[in-house]
Amino acid sequence: MDFENGNVKLTVTGDTLCAYISGEIDHHSAKTIREAIDSALTSYSPDALILDVSEISFMDSSGLGLVLGRYTKASEAGISFSVTGVSERTKRLFDMAGLDRIIDYDNKEKKR
Amino acid sequence: MKKICENAMKAEFPSLSQNEALARALASSFLMQLNPTVSELADIKCAVSEAVTNCTVHAYRDTVGTVIMTMKSYSDRSVRIEIKDRGCGIEDISTAMQPLFTTDRQGERSGLGFTVMESFCDKIRVTSKPKKGTKVTLIKNLSKLYAST
Repeated sequence: MDFENGNVKLTVTGDTLCAYISGEIDHHSAKTIREAIDSALTSYSPDALILDVSEISFMDSSGLGLVLGRYTKASEAGISFSVTGVSERTKRLFDMAGLDRIIDYDNKEKKR
Repeated sequence: MKKICENAMKAEFPSLSQNEALARALASSFLMQLNPTVSELADIKCAVSEAVTNCTVHAYRDTVGTVIMTMKSYSDRSVRIEIKDRGCGIEDISTAMQPLFTTDRQGERSGLGFTVMESFCDKIRVTSKPKKGTKVTLIKNLSKLYAST
């Protein structure tokens, strides 16, 4: 399954749902991304959810809410959750929010 | 030496969520003349985005009002940004500024807006009156190393 809508592209490979998030993530864009990911979680019931944030050019605390919200949903459903492609800038925000204590993420720029 | 205001701008726009990006673009354009570092520019964009989002999400919740954004740059390379609304106001500013505090649980707000503003700026001041509105003032001191000659 491939799905693309503005700031998010979704792919399902085996039991893994990967969401490639790109562009500017603020309160305005987070809503569409959140709805797309949640809809795919319901439709495909994957065993793992990966958020790839390597193509994000801007993120504020709305992006933190987006990540934390998906983490909570995945945890409640018993789905493994990770974030990949975290830039130094995004990592600064994540660390500020204490995400490093609850979410598995790397800060290596991932090449697609 | 007394600092002098060297440039200023004022913008007004509706509290529509798509104008969060507009506010960041305005801040970027104003700052580019000052040769900020990439990090300084990113910090200010993020702080401005948080302040404008607060207007959309909290001040004018379920309605659309006017957001007034002013920016001033000074001879000591400090930048002062004011984001003002005439929305619902904040009852208790110190509680609202606590990390993880939010009045919008359903919207998946992280409650870190003011924390981000405080972390990314050198100074922040919030004044508010319930039912009158809120003014957030952000001060950022730009690095002198990159000043144009």
